Amino acid sequence: MSSDSTPAATPRQWRKAPFIANPWLRWGLLIGFVIYAAWAITTLPFDWARISQGMERAARIFGGAFPPNFDRGGLLLKGFLESLQIAILATLLGLALSVPIAFMAARNIAALPVYLLGRILIIVARSFHPVIVAILFVKAVGFGPVAGILTLTIYSIGFVAKMLAERIEEIDWGQVEALRSTGTGSFTVLQFGVLPQIMPRQIGLSIYQLDSNLRASAVVGIVGAGGIGSTLMNAFGRYDYDFALAITLVIIAVILVSEAISGRIRKNLW
Amino acid sequence: MLRISRLVKRYGNGEPVLKDLDLEVPGESVVSIIGASGAGKSTLLRCINRLVEPTSGSIVLNDMELTTLKRDGLRKARRRIGMIFQGFNLVDRLTVMENVQCGRLGYIPYWRAALRRYPAEDIERAFQLMERVGIAHYANKRADELSGGERQRVGVVRALMQDPDILLADEPTASLDPVTSRQIMELLQRLASELHLPVLINIHNVSEAKEFTQRIVGMRFGRIIFDGKPGDLDQDAMDSVYSGTSEDQEAPAAASSTDKVAT
Amino acid sequence: MKESIADRAWSRHTRRQRWGRLAGMLFIAAAAAWSLTTIDIIWPWVWDAPAQIGDLFKRMVPPDVSAISAITWALIETLNIATIATFFAVFLSLPVAYISAQNTTPNRATLWLGRFILVSSRSVNTLIWALLFVAIFGPGVLAGIVAIMFRSLGFLGKLIGEAIEEIDRRPVEALEATGASRAKVILYAIVPQVVPTFFAVSILRWDINLRESTVLGLVGAGGIGVILQGAIDMLDWRTVATILLAIIVLVIAGEALAAWLRKKVI
Repeated sequence: MSSDSTPAATPRQWRKAPFIANPWLRWGLLIGFVIYAAWAITTLPFDWARISQGMERAARIFGGAFPPNFDRGGLLLKGFLESLQIAILATLLGLALSVPIAFMAARNIAALPVYLLGRILIIVARSFHPVIVAILFVKAVGFGPVAGILTLTIYSIGFVAKMLAERIEEIDWGQVEALRSTGTGSFTVLQFGVLPQIMPRQIGLSIYQLDSNLRASAVVGIVGAGGIGSTLMNAFGRYDYDFALAITLVIIAVILVSEAISGRIRKNLW
Repeated sequence: MLRISRLVKRYGNGEPVLKDLDLEVPGESVVSIIGASGAGKSTLLRCINRLVEPTSGSIVLNDMELTTLKRDGLRKARRRIGMIFQGFNLVDRLTVMENVQCGRLGYIPYWRAALRRYPAEDIERAFQLMERVGIAHYANKRADELSGGERQRVGVVRALMQDPDILLADEPTASLDPVTSRQIMELLQRLASELHLPVLINIHNVSEAKEFTQRIVGMRFGRIIFDGKPGDLDQDAMDSVYSGTSEDQEAPAAASSTDKVAT
Repeated sequence: MKESIADRAWSRHTRRQRWGRLAGMLFIAAAAAWSLTTIDIIWPWVWDAPAQIGDLFKRMVPPDVSAISAITWALIETLNIATIATFFAVFLSLPVAYISAQNTTPNRATLWLGRFILVSSRSVNTLIWALLFVAIFGPGVLAGIVAIMFRSLGFLGKLIGEAIEEIDRRPVEALEATGASRAKVILYAIVPQVVPTFFAVSILRWDINLRESTVLGLVGAGGIGVILQGAIDMLDWRTVATILLAIIVLVIAGEALAAWLRKKVI
């Protein structure tokens, strides 16, 4: 059938329209990125001698780690129970504080100054990685689970209060007006007009947060805030790589199980 | 020339969907295949380009046996078989031109495909075909910005870009409104005669089948039970294709599709 | 008509629901009670905590900005770690996503290999990866970059793999019907459908990695965490305050840039 396509005087051109239409911007961005990448890689102070020994060291670490050593199961269990306790208490405390902060940070409920205060609290809570918060609390209140609980409380506020505030801003305002029109007081309005609308989200968030806190408690322990992370750090510090591997494997197993459970519960609730 | 003989297709261990089917389509004819849902029309078409693997039988296109082809041979054979789909099956996020050039993918080297550096003659041909069906001004639009009828025209051009020896159309108008649907059927009919192509069209709309094609094949439960000119398709033939004596399990499907015949 | 008042008493929940709710609350209360009574806490420390935290804050003001140039440099290093690690992780995650998506994986064995890579990468936290790589490569940014790459790989691979599983099958069928090779079908029918998710997920991960890079230094894997740890060890709380403010600025700027990019690209 190509036989009947009569050749045109000048074959037409077609090029795919570039992603960024302006050629200066397009090439500028591309060249800029390449220069940045090249520069960034050259600035990194690699210690090649140390790196070349790395494989040997890796072999030694993995050699020492196999087979994983579960002899000190009691210590492992104790670390885990502590992580669980930290996660439960931090979740409860965090949720209790998140609800008022979420109301403060919802533009449709709170007055402007209160709203700004609420937002700032959330932003600060979210900006810091829990490990940074943990290291500060460890300095302030000492090694151990208290620092862990405080850290994860703040971590919970950063997530739960933010999500809840967004949910509150999306509520159906008609229900609130209906209650107001009956002459109800503001707290009753909150209780009957707002809370029922946000409750399902709140329960889902709580379960999710418990799961996340359990994961995070394994990490903040590394800087001394109690729980299984501290157990892991101690094992690592003493070059007990076989015990460290055992702990890591158990952490992975627990995280997978807890993720599955929390996913199942949330699916049934929502 | 397409010759299908003793074609059987069975999914798993169930009742065969195609039972010992024979069909011959000489060059340059437009054949419509009618039949209730589940009659095996779509499976028949998909067996020809082996999107569905036939269980047994033979399919010969221009002296080439298609059923025994292996990877590369199959790819080469598929390049010469154009297909048009009910749901258009365009890549929504690509432009119309890229979608059209998909029809040449089997012919061009990988780097050209990746860099969108299509050969000049392919671009020229795409423009000619797009002008022919009235979508050339959309070349740089994204496929999902077009209306249903326009999208199906892109689908038609994509198939024609393959430089096909035969065109298979699987319910090409089922997702379109009545007016657009007639336009597409007219287009297929005219293209077939202009390009001297045999065209096989699966179609639900019997009145369109009668109006736009020279030969109608009626299928029921995996067999061809009517094969003739549109004029020969009388009420009795219609009844045997669409209702007739039922093999119980498929009765509901047949009953529901009789409604469509009236439209 | 003889309904007694008692029959018409209204209650919000059925008996079953009530018991269910009661059981749920009791369970929570029991968990809290168990945690509170058995946790290894020295309670006087807890009562003292507010005072200690307040004291720490007091020692932080006013922030000491004398080390600002070192801090800025460390921020840039943090940014570089996050960007380079994300960049490499994105490329490594593509083949992993490809083999761990049910509709594209070549066979069962590759599917399970892909899933194994994703699960092991995702279940181990960045900081634990960092501990391992610091032990292998020694302290420094390389350990940090590799740690973040290892953690990001699972995250990116899982989400991109899910996007591949959710693509529209029909264009794939159409392109197979034109006689295009597998590689070209991927290029034209799968890639365009996955691109939006690919960018969204990469940008999201870059944002997360920026936060994670701020703490790598606490285990010796480079970035601003190194000087934070140093300042804390020296009890130089006023410099610590400056570093914390710098981290907030970095994280907020990163979030804003990520949001802008997302809007631009998608």
